[in-house]
Amino acid sequence: MPTISRGFSGRRSAADVKLPPGQYLTTDFPVLSAGPTPHVPLDKWEFAISDGANVLRRWDWKSFRELPSETVTVDLHCVTRWSKLGTTWEGVSLDTLFADLNTDASHVMAHSYGDYTTNLPLNDLRNKQAWIAFRFNGEDLAPEHGGPARLLVPHLYLWKSAKWVRGITLMHHDKPGFWESLGYHIYGDPWREQRYSGE
Amino acid sequence: MWRVGTVVALRDETATARTITLEVPDWPGHAAGQHVDLQLTAPDGYSAVRSYSIASAPNSQKRIELTVERLPNGEVSPYLTQEVAVGDHLELRGPIGGWFVWRAQQTEPIQLIAGGSGIVPLMAMIRSRASAGSSAPFRLLYSVREPEAVFYRDELEVLAHHDDSVSIDYAYTRASPRNWPRPPARIDAALIASATWPSNLFPTFYICGPTSFVETAAGLLSANGNSPDKIKTERFGPTGERK
Repeated sequence: MPTISRGFSGRRSAADVKLPPGQYLTTDFPVLSAGPTPHVPLDKWEFAISDGANVLRRWDWKSFRELPSETVTVDLHCVTRWSKLGTTWEGVSLDTLFADLNTDASHVMAHSYGDYTTNLPLNDLRNKQAWIAFRFNGEDLAPEHGGPARLLVPHLYLWKSAKWVRGITLMHHDKPGFWESLGYHIYGDPWREQRYSGE
Repeated sequence: MWRVGTVVALRDETATARTITLEVPDWPGHAAGQHVDLQLTAPDGYSAVRSYSIASAPNSQKRIELTVERLPNGEVSPYLTQEVAVGDHLELRGPIGGWFVWRAQQTEPIQLIAGGSGIVPLMAMIRSRASAGSSAPFRLLYSVREPEAVFYRDELEVLAHHDDSVSIDYAYTRASPRNWPRPPARIDAALIASATWPSNLFPTFYICGPTSFVETAAGLLSANGNSPDKIKTERFGPTGERK
């Protein structure tokens, strides 16, 4: 039985907007980061997939941008409770990056410039669910939003979409990343409201 | 798990910000810098949740203080700063957050940098330092629109005069007191150089404020040779209603 807030009426979203539980709609694009924004020059940028011991695939900016890219329109849900609908991104699908890579790994750790990490099941990166995105609403991705390139996994809370991503390490078991070690949920499904650990 | 807190005191900090003291019988304790999620529910069941930083030091009284800034188009903050009365019940969960936190075991120099209402979690750190009897050197750079917008003014005044290991610098962005040496301006390299610990003391930085403020401050500190892992940030956008 919730506690009713005397005199509170609230401001409801339009009836046809379906948001995950506990989220509210925003039209701007707040920034949440744990530390300073890294500035990564494109001639130093690289993205690698490793198994923890060996680098299995590696791209520099030029070879990465030569890969086929996709434009997708997705909804974003941040654990701090804002949702932003209908955002358009251009990026390379993880299906493209994982093509021809045989692995029996179950999970991955995404690593970023600036040492951020976040963990995900490998299956959540496959089957048209995840991209390394480098353009947002038609423009190069700004550094504060994760440029030059960020992971985009829109079906999970946005902290899983690691900004400034530089690589993925394949793992044979799940392991908490940065926020997952600091009280946030190991998986982070907004529709099941998996915000904090133990939920 | 949602807890129910009872409003036991209200205090206006500025014309637009109010401190709410909540008594939460099952409060498990918190660390300075953590926040809570606060939920309001309308009679028809509609609810809205926002995050607010805790302003008070950890204590054993099962009481926490939140300071809320009223946002012009906010959904929750106008209620919290204008409607809420002593005796009301508010639902909250927390404490939340394990990164933007200062603990009394830390002995290194601490540099706090606040933009506007970003002072709230930093005030919890200053209060926590005092209540824990810590002698860690603290420095606060508080950037604020105008003198009337300063939160916790009297308490900071007392601190600045009586505790020589907490030093406070104010910077004003729109209007400064008479004869203030620095004309109103946003933070810049010269201010960071004169009002923060130098990198050779290996301070830990806690920066909280609007996104552009935090970007600027954290960028300047990185450029000055501070290690990025010693620069902890918390940002809020116009719709974040954080703090």
